[in-house]
Amino acid sequence: MATPTRPRSSATPLPPLPLPRTPGTPKAPKKKKRVNESIRTWRLTDRIGYVLMWAAGLTLCAIGIGILAFMAFKGVQYLRPDLIFSHPTVEPDQSKSGGFLDPLLGTILITLIGILIATPIAIAAATWIVEFGRPTWLARLIDSGIEIIAGTPDIVIALFGLVLFQQGIFGWMSFTAAGGAVFGRSFLTAGAMMSLIALPMVFAATREGLQAIPAHVREASYALGKTKAATIRRVLLPSVKANISTGAALGMGRIAGDTAIIVVLLGASLRLDPEGSIPFLRVLQGTGATLTSYVYNNSPAGEGNAPQKAYAAAFVLLLIVLGLNFAVDLIARSGKKSGLETSRLGAR
Amino acid sequence: MIDPHESTTDRSDLHVSQNGDALPPPIRRIALDRQPTVALPPSQDSVALANGDRSLAAAARPTRGIAGPERMSISGLSVFYGDNEAVKNVSLPIRQGEVLALIGPSGCGKTTLLRTLNRLTELTASARREGLITLDGADIDSLEVTEHRRRVSMVFQQPNPFPMSVFDNVAYALREQGSKRPKKSALEPYVIDALQRAGLYDEVADNLDHPALRLSGGQQQRLCIARALAARPEVLLMDEPCSALDPKSTNVIEELITELRTDLAIVIVTHNLQQAYRVGDHVAFMYLGDLVEYGPTDQVFDNPSADRTRDYIGGAFG
Repeated sequence: MATPTRPRSSATPLPPLPLPRTPGTPKAPKKKKRVNESIRTWRLTDRIGYVLMWAAGLTLCAIGIGILAFMAFKGVQYLRPDLIFSHPTVEPDQSKSGGFLDPLLGTILITLIGILIATPIAIAAATWIVEFGRPTWLARLIDSGIEIIAGTPDIVIALFGLVLFQQGIFGWMSFTAAGGAVFGRSFLTAGAMMSLIALPMVFAATREGLQAIPAHVREASYALGKTKAATIRRVLLPSVKANISTGAALGMGRIAGDTAIIVVLLGASLRLDPEGSIPFLRVLQGTGATLTSYVYNNSPAGEGNAPQKAYAAAFVLLLIVLGLNFAVDLIARSGKKSGLETSRLGAR
Repeated sequence: MIDPHESTTDRSDLHVSQNGDALPPPIRRIALDRQPTVALPPSQDSVALANGDRSLAAAARPTRGIAGPERMSISGLSVFYGDNEAVKNVSLPIRQGEVLALIGPSGCGKTTLLRTLNRLTELTASARREGLITLDGADIDSLEVTEHRRRVSMVFQQPNPFPMSVFDNVAYALREQGSKRPKKSALEPYVIDALQRAGLYDEVADNLDHPALRLSGGQQQRLCIARALAARPEVLLMDEPCSALDPKSTNVIEELITELRTDLAIVIVTHNLQQAYRVGDHVAFMYLGDLVEYGPTDQVFDNPSADRTRDYIGGAFG
């Protein structure tokens, strides 16, 4: 077969453009065979930008490593196993004031309550928005509602929660005084408000996952005679499991690290301080502390003023949050291996 | 100066030296003063070649299917997307035991027509349908939509297995809506049967538990066919099932189509004219929403009655 070639132009070739020669143009190297693009051929502003990009990355890296190294150094220095396993005691003498078992349990408890409330609501909202989303104005309204929740400072959420849960109908969630006044501060109320911190993360992750599923996967299910409900339950939600887990782990990290809601809504009792008489529920109805409030109280800014213990507790908190972030990475990676993302995202 | 004849000398003696040792292939030398090669205007032969020499395709054709009873019938069908009429007053019969191939340029409404047959166009909010479609004599609008789609199943252009195991992909089609019953052991013979009918079982027999998305593209598409066959449909719709596949997988699937047509009525949309020629028993040519020509494959390809069909099949437009 004849190879098509471009007909040769009869016009005389254009003279070369009078481009200014970059001063630093390197001479052709003698020994190396391949010549990579050299930054010396770049314009000055580009070179400055290049250096700044490197500097920004390295600085952030250094800050991260700095925080971790400092906390590890202080933490290892002051962290003793008995700190983790002993109850805290209010005592001016630091050698007798105990450890932070209760705050550690408090952190775990509040994280679990928060994420257990947030995840189902977030999944439901995200599924509705992506799979139904009609009428459009309502979808937009829900979207902005969640954006507002995500953007509200946690101290504002805390104050709102305090006012809300001091209403009589929420009396069962906390402690009601003899006169009928509702205390409004407990693991339940703090956990309920904490769910608002985690909810936007789970919502965004789930919605993103659902939106990434191509339309023809849904149609394949409908074409088999499946209802929309069956499609959502058996195809769509299982495909976004990894996204949901990622969002939940991120949300748990945020809850574990939050201080304002704890200080306002959980009360500042050092130990778990149950209310009422029903087993287990009395713990949830009672007040307590978390690692964040413990660190705050023991830092030089707080009342306890036991910086060593603050460092030890902060180190434990950092490990928890880093562990959650690590879990996020793991989930995201395993999701990419088996999920729709790898083979489908590029397709459409 | 380079000798212009040097590059055109017979190279057969250069490849093999006299004692039979293979030499490295000769380096082609660029002759500076040779006449540039000019692209020749395509001859009649090359047009025929570009459209596939049908004598080859004819050799690859299986024997024609025996037309069975009419399963579906389309009469006076029009589909609108908003104000845009995508399918205009089309009437077609769909018979068991034969393959109906829908051909036509992009945007001619053939995929819309196909999707209307199992009521997938209803998922598009702006779509509107006029005319009558019947399945075994009953208006498809009078059937429950999920029940209808079980009887008229579909395979898509893009292989789209669900992100679950090979087994579950097929079992999903068999199970009652969202429930997990019947149990795996009860479903196994049906799943295996569907995989066998789709010609996939031998390749996946040992790893039915593996994720379906790990299969190759051709295997994924056959899994989608198995999934569509599992619910024992009466009509199988295929929307360019081979366009995302390599020639070898295409071949396997075409063979599968010809095997399946005895039990099923098959409607296939294709861009590939040779494919329509190979697998189709009847061909319907659509253009800009109109059904231009419908007839037995040989008649449409060899002796089209409409000029536009002749132009399209001859490769004048695509």
